Amino acid sequence: MKNNKWLSITSACLAIPALVLSLAFKDHKNAEPAGLTLQPGFEASIIADNLGSTRHIVVTPQNDIYVKLAGAKGGKGVLFLHQNGDKAEVASGFGNYGGTGIYLKNGYLYATSNYAIYRYKVNDKNEVIDPDQPETVVSGLVNHRMHDSKSIVLDNDGNIYVNVGAYSNICSEFDPQKKGCPILDSAGGIWEFKADKLNQKQGDGVHYAIGLRNVVGLDWNQQDNQLFVMQHGRDALHDLFPNLYTVHQSAELPAECMYALKQGDNAGWPYLYYDWQTHKKMMGPEYGGDGKKEADSKYLEPVAAYPGHYAPDGLLFYTGNQFPEKYKNGAFIAFHGSWNRAPEPQAGYCVVFQPFKDGKPYGDWEVFADGFSGSKSLKQPNDAIHRPCGLAQGPDGSLYVTDDVKGAIYKITYKK
Amino acid sequence: MISKKMINKRITLPFIALILIAAGSQAQVKHHYKTHSHLALSIANGKKVYVQNCLTCHQADGSGVATMNPPLIKTTYVLGDKPTLIKIVLNGFNEDVQINGQTYSNTMTPHDSMTDQEIADVLTYVRHSFTNKASAVTAAQVKVVRATNKKKS
Repeated sequence: MKNNKWLSITSACLAIPALVLSLAFKDHKNAEPAGLTLQPGFEASIIADNLGSTRHIVVTPQNDIYVKLAGAKGGKGVLFLHQNGDKAEVASGFGNYGGTGIYLKNGYLYATSNYAIYRYKVNDKNEVIDPDQPETVVSGLVNHRMHDSKSIVLDNDGNIYVNVGAYSNICSEFDPQKKGCPILDSAGGIWEFKADKLNQKQGDGVHYAIGLRNVVGLDWNQQDNQLFVMQHGRDALHDLFPNLYTVHQSAELPAECMYALKQGDNAGWPYLYYDWQTHKKMMGPEYGGDGKKEADSKYLEPVAAYPGHYAPDGLLFYTGNQFPEKYKNGAFIAFHGSWNRAPEPQAGYCVVFQPFKDGKPYGDWEVFADGFSGSKSLKQPNDAIHRPCGLAQGPDGSLYVTDDVKGAIYKITYKK
Repeated sequence: MISKKMINKRITLPFIALILIAAGSQAQVKHHYKTHSHLALSIANGKKVYVQNCLTCHQADGSGVATMNPPLIKTTYVLGDKPTLIKIVLNGFNEDVQINGQTYSNTMTPHDSMTDQEIADVLTYVRHSFTNKASAVTAAQVKVVRATNKKKS
């Protein structure tokens, strides 16, 4: 525990000093064959590779895999894979659209483009019955290129939740007079739709939560029966306010936040950011902040916070029985890794475990799986060999992680 | 022994000619050097502007960020038409752009608060870095584009 805490606080995934790293490799005997550094007792293998830009992923109760590609490859934006031993083979592909979101529930596979949510009826083996005839659940979701991915999750009451990212870093180009960010009416939040109602438009949905810059990782917490999301925090504090923030502060700030959402919550983007080191909501410099002033307390408090620019693209509450007891009902977070830390070294590029107790984060997070980027000190994000994105849990409690650079799927198991 | 006077007489004309030639070539060298140093200065200043305004998105090596921020390495935007390039800095950029088959989605905000000289310097730096080799951009060229620039609404 002491070691984990130290690891998580000082090093955080990538910026691990060489000595610690070598110790870590010594401790973690299972760094091969997938090239990852894992917590003791865990093993990882790459079960499929070079699939394309694999984003979010589902593993069915039959142990089959659906994975969404950011860009359709050969006219196929969803891949269906059968697992056979320690490999997964592509059995079929369908859906002529790129996107991120995919979810299986109540007899349907849901998948998203950057504009719409589709669904496919599945048979009793969770195989899509008619891959060429998707039903449109929602279309016309706001997409102005930036933060365009649409991640989805269903609750237990027939609703589907989708993020509509803000098409801006900090809204300054849309709010020059600082009267209030006008794009928040249709972006920068979470929308709720009926999962079984077809042909809905964005305006038909419930504007469930606002003031979220961009959410990619999200999941439904079954203990709380509540939606949890990971926000990508703002960029460029130093670039825009060199007198208020140093290059280093701008690399570490603001936090990437985990929020537990209720209908009507406002997380405060673009008016504030969260400082994970002082645990304070800070007034954004565009809206009167000076690096010291705190934000209006009316905005939602995050339930957990992580270092700047790590880019949380996947969130999964672990409900399986394979991993040791401490993982049960805790959260895995796939951090895609930073770019806005330049000229400082990049960081993130790892899977983190956040312990939970009674449905709330409890204790320090720790790096669960590291080494995806293939580099100990990554300068440019494009030099990363792999970048974690999506997470899924298999029926046997194994953890699956996608990589959207090459299209690898990792399977992580516990061997003791 | 040859007298000093004779030497003087003998070498006077060629010597003057030599001086003239040397002076001429010296002027040429000096002029060339001046241009070179001006370019070097612009690149050096441009690097500072780049580090402050561009590097976090486009990265130290100009490689950008996959799917988000376009690379600045030998792209037609960087090496091509200067007014187009200058306008991107002035107005920002929010269009679908495909480079080597990849699209880039992040919005670039306008940088029109930068001076003509800063924009000239940073574009000159970019056009001389990351294996790029293209002519310098001058403050006068930026001034012309800025004067005729109509911002897209």
